[in-house]
Amino acid sequence: MSELLQISSIWQDAIFRLKSNRLAVFGGVFIILLIILATLTPWIAPYDYAQQDRVLGPTPPSFQHLLGTDYLGRDLLTRLLYGSRISLLVGFIATTVALIIGVTWGTVAGYLGGSIDTWMMRIVDTLYGIPFIILIILLMVVFGRSLVLMFMAIGAVEWLTMARIVRAQVNSLKQREFVLAAKAMGVKETTIMTRHLIPNTLGPVIVYATLTVPQVMLLEAFLSFLGLGVQAPMSSWGLLIRDGAVSMEESWWLLVFPAVIFSTTLFSLNFLGDGLRDALDPRMGPN
Amino acid sequence: MLKLILNRLMVSIPVLLAVVTITFFMVHAAPGGPFDFDRVVSPEVMEKLNEKYNLDAPLYKQYFDYLVSAIQGDFGPSFRYPGRTVAEMIAIGLPITFELAIYSILFATFLGITFGSLAALKQNTLLDYIPMSISMAGICIPSIVLGPLLSLIFGIWMGWLPVSGWGTYAGDKLLPVVTLGTAYAAYCARLSRGGMLEILGQDFIRTARAKGLSEFRVVVVHALRGGLIPVVSFLGPAIAGLLAGSFVVETIFGIPGLGRFYVQAAFNRDYTMILGTSIFFSALIILFNLLADLLGAAMDPRVRESYSDE
Repeated sequence: MSELLQISSIWQDAIFRLKSNRLAVFGGVFIILLIILATLTPWIAPYDYAQQDRVLGPTPPSFQHLLGTDYLGRDLLTRLLYGSRISLLVGFIATTVALIIGVTWGTVAGYLGGSIDTWMMRIVDTLYGIPFIILIILLMVVFGRSLVLMFMAIGAVEWLTMARIVRAQVNSLKQREFVLAAKAMGVKETTIMTRHLIPNTLGPVIVYATLTVPQVMLLEAFLSFLGLGVQAPMSSWGLLIRDGAVSMEESWWLLVFPAVIFSTTLFSLNFLGDGLRDALDPRMGPN
Repeated sequence: MLKLILNRLMVSIPVLLAVVTITFFMVHAAPGGPFDFDRVVSPEVMEKLNEKYNLDAPLYKQYFDYLVSAIQGDFGPSFRYPGRTVAEMIAIGLPITFELAIYSILFATFLGITFGSLAALKQNTLLDYIPMSISMAGICIPSIVLGPLLSLIFGIWMGWLPVSGWGTYAGDKLLPVVTLGTAYAAYCARLSRGGMLEILGQDFIRTARAKGLSEFRVVVVHALRGGLIPVVSFLGPAIAGLLAGSFVVETIFGIPGLGRFYVQAAFNRDYTMILGTSIFFSALIILFNLLADLLGAAMDPRVRESYSDE
C-alpha cells in the first residue's frame, strides 16, 4: 500500500493530539515515574518504613535522610515511597471496581432499553442522592479500618457516573448499522455487547477513569487524614499529611514534602485526564 | 412547579428512608457492643444499661422506635458523654458548622462568579488565563493539604493569623473559611465562565447591546441570570461537599462544630452519636440538594417546561 493511502487510526490521532498538550505529557510522565518508583519501593527505599530511631527523633533533611525524619526517627522519603504504593493501589483498584460495575450496568441498561433501562437508571438516580461519604465513614467505624473494605466501598460509590456515561454511549451506538448487521447475522446479545458495544465506549470510559483515580486517592487521603483509613505503622499520603499537620510547628518538612507530592500527583492525573478528553473527543471541549 | 416539587420529593423521601435504614442496621451489626468497656461491668449494671438504651427489645422494634423518635428530632442519649443527648450536641455544633459553611459558600460564589464572569468577558486575555490557571490549582489542591499549608505559612512562619479557634481570636475565622471555600470558588469560576460564554454569544445579548444599554446592565441584569444556572445547579453538590469538608477543616483548626463532633464520635465509637449525626447530615444534604434543584428550576424555564407537559 502506498504511503499516500495510509490513514491514521483514531488512536494514532489521539496520541498525536495528546503529545502536543504539554501539561498532559508532564502529567503522564510524572504518573509513570511514580508508578515505577512505587513498584520498586521495597528495593530502592533507603530504610524500612516502620524502622524507628527514637534517639534521633525529628531531623530536617540531610544526606543520611534526604527528606528528614519524623518524631519517631522514621525516614520520611521511605514513608513517602511506601505511601505512594497505598495511594496508587487505592486509586487503581477502586477505579477498576467502579469501571467493571459501571460499564456492565450502563451497557446492559443502554442495550436492553425499555422498562429495564428505566428501572436501572432510576436506581442510579436514587443512589446519586445518597451522601456516600457518610456511609463510607460509618463503614470504616463499624467494620474496622480494613484496606480491602475501603477499596470496595470507594469503588462501589464511584461507578454511578460511569454507568450514566456508558449508557448514553450504548444507547446511541445500538442503532448504528454495524450493530444491526451483527443482529441480523444472529450474533448472540452478550457477544454484541462485549465485542461491538463496549469497545466503542472505550474513549469516554478511559477519560472518566483517569479523572476518577484522583478522586479516589483524595477520598483515601481524606479518610486517613481523619484517622479512619490506613493505620500506622503503615504509611499513606493522607496519614503523612496528618502527622505533618500535627508537628508542623517544629518540623515543617514533615508537612511540606507529602503535601507537595500529593498535590503534584493530583495535578498530573487531572491534566492527563483533561488532555485525554481533548485528544479522544475534540467535541467534548474543556468544559 | 408543584409537579416538579412533588416529583423531587418522591425521590428525596425514599432516599432519606433508605439512608436511615442502612445506617441503623449497619451500626447495629457492629461487631462488639457499644458497652465493651475496658473495665468489667456487673450483669445488673449491664441489664440496666441495655434497658436504658432500649437494647433488649427485638431489633425491628428498636428500629421503629428509633424511626419514630428520630422524626421528632430525638436521637437518644450519647453513649460516651453521659447526660448529654445527641440532639443537644447537634444543637451546640450545628450553628458553628452552618456559620462556617455560609461564610465559605459566600466566599466561593462571590469570588468565583466575579472572576468567572470577568474571564468570560475578557476571553483569551490575561484576565482570563491567570484566574483560570489559579482555579485549576484550587481544584487540585485538597483541603487536607491547603489547610495545614495555609496555617504553616500565615500562622506559623508569618505569624499573621491564629491557627485555631472560632471567634476566640481576631481573624481566626479567615483561614478555615478560605480552606473550605477555595475549591468551590474555583469550581464556581469555571462554571460561571462557561455559562457566561454561552449566554454572551446569544441574540438577546446583542439586542440588549444594540438598544444602547450600559455594559454593566447588559452583564449584570441580562447575562448573569442565564449564565449562572450552572453555578446554581452546582450549589447542591457543593453544600454536600462543604459539610463533608467541615469534618476536615474543623479538625484542622480545632473548631467546636458538628463536623468535629462527628469525627470524634467516629473515633470513640459513640454509636448513638454517630448514628444520629449521620442521619442528620444526610437529611441536610438531601434537603439542600432538593433546594438547589428547585432554585435551578425557578431560574431555568426549560426545566420548568419539561415538567409542565408531562
